[in-house]
Amino acid sequence: MTLQEIVSLLDLKIVNEGKSLETIEPTGGYASDLLSCVMAGAKQGFVWVTLQAHLNIIAVAALLDLSAIIITEGAQPDPVTLAKAQEQSVTLLWTEMTTYEIVGRLWELGITASK
Amino acid sequence: MDAISEQEAKGITRAEELAYQLKVSQAMTSEVKLVDPDMKMAEVLELLRLEHISGSPVVENGHLIGVISIEDLIRSMSLGELNSPVRNFMSPTVISVRSYDPLVKAIEAFMVQKVGRLPVLDETGKLVGIITKGDVTRGVLVALQRDIQEEEIRRYRASHLFEDIISDRTTLVLRYQIKAKDFNQGGTASSNIKRALLRLGANTQVARRCGIAIYEAEINLIIHTSYGGMIRVEIEPQAIIIIATDEGPGIEDINLALQPGFSTATEEIRELGFGAGMGLSNIMRCVDHLNLESTPGQGTRLEMKIFLLPEEILRQSATQE
Repeated sequence: MTLQEIVSLLDLKIVNEGKSLETIEPTGGYASDLLSCVMAGAKQGFVWVTLQAHLNIIAVAALLDLSAIIITEGAQPDPVTLAKAQEQSVTLLWTEMTTYEIVGRLWELGITASK
Repeated sequence: MDAISEQEAKGITRAEELAYQLKVSQAMTSEVKLVDPDMKMAEVLELLRLEHISGSPVVENGHLIGVISIEDLIRSMSLGELNSPVRNFMSPTVISVRSYDPLVKAIEAFMVQKVGRLPVLDETGKLVGIITKGDVTRGVLVALQRDIQEEEIRRYRASHLFEDIISDRTTLVLRYQIKAKDFNQGGTASSNIKRALLRLGANTQVARRCGIAIYEAEINLIIHTSYGGMIRVEIEPQAIIIIATDEGPGIEDINLALQPGFSTATEEIRELGFGAGMGLSNIMRCVDHLNLESTPGQGTRLEMKIFLLPEEILRQSATQE
């Protein structure tokens, strides 16, 4: 399933499109707000669900080659974070839903812990 | 043009940047079909059809006097005036751009003046080309493509570094100064090192392992040190050695610090998502050898080594020597 399909099915807002959403298929998902846990647990191509919205999430996603970050509970990324996302071609998505809800919905769509 | 703040400058995409860097002359069409003002509209119809163009400059005695476009042609057809001369239907030229203008000038004119094409003049006012929105898009795409090729060339050159320089032992040393408490720069050094390794021909797995290990070391220097520190990366064809040093405050109990989940980070730092106590265990997972020495009050030295497998060595053709 492509990121584009996930965005429409879960009604996510696109904050930054790092790479064309139609061409990227997440290989799995990971949820945590602790960056080092993400460093340990998220694998290449995963979508990462978090309510952190500050600058450092971009570096984490870029270093791990994640397919997208979904920021939950309406947390607002600041302009510096957005600029960094554009510079590093990191896809940033945004929702009012909770992490729990988004993870459940992703799992239903077949985005599981790994593939 | 207003000066833009650094903040705004960071938000500018590469395509926008190119619109300022590229000149109109680099995107325009220079083989222009010229139209005489006394030509009939029916002839313009034929010209546009045969040349697959949507408009042409109108020139009289070597001077640009207007532009005739497909919209003007439709207007003449609807009035049944295909036998009228061009001068009755053309748009008299009020705006043009110069060949040495930045591309953004043409983009602004398209937006503000609602025109589809602009005549391009040189320093002396002579018509040298025409530019359409399609030309702008094509110009930017070609330049982006060139960016990609340049990255490939950089990668190609860097990947030959270890082959081209003959010595008994070649080491490339990269040094990065890390500032204490500067969270905004967190991940910058590790991202730069990862890119450098990829350019040197490291496979993505090796670059990722180094990236993660260096990220954690970098964040530790930012969170915990009094005066920041230094990351030194020694790259050899068969091994990558990373040394992170600082001048304090030092670690009280190294064994405790190495335990997953143990952290001395403040509540404030944890709220940012740091201080999970996983940094050093993440590093251990990514490197083949780790040595941590620390003296409270003096400083800390963290050495990490990654040994490359035969198929990962940063030198493809020199294995037989």
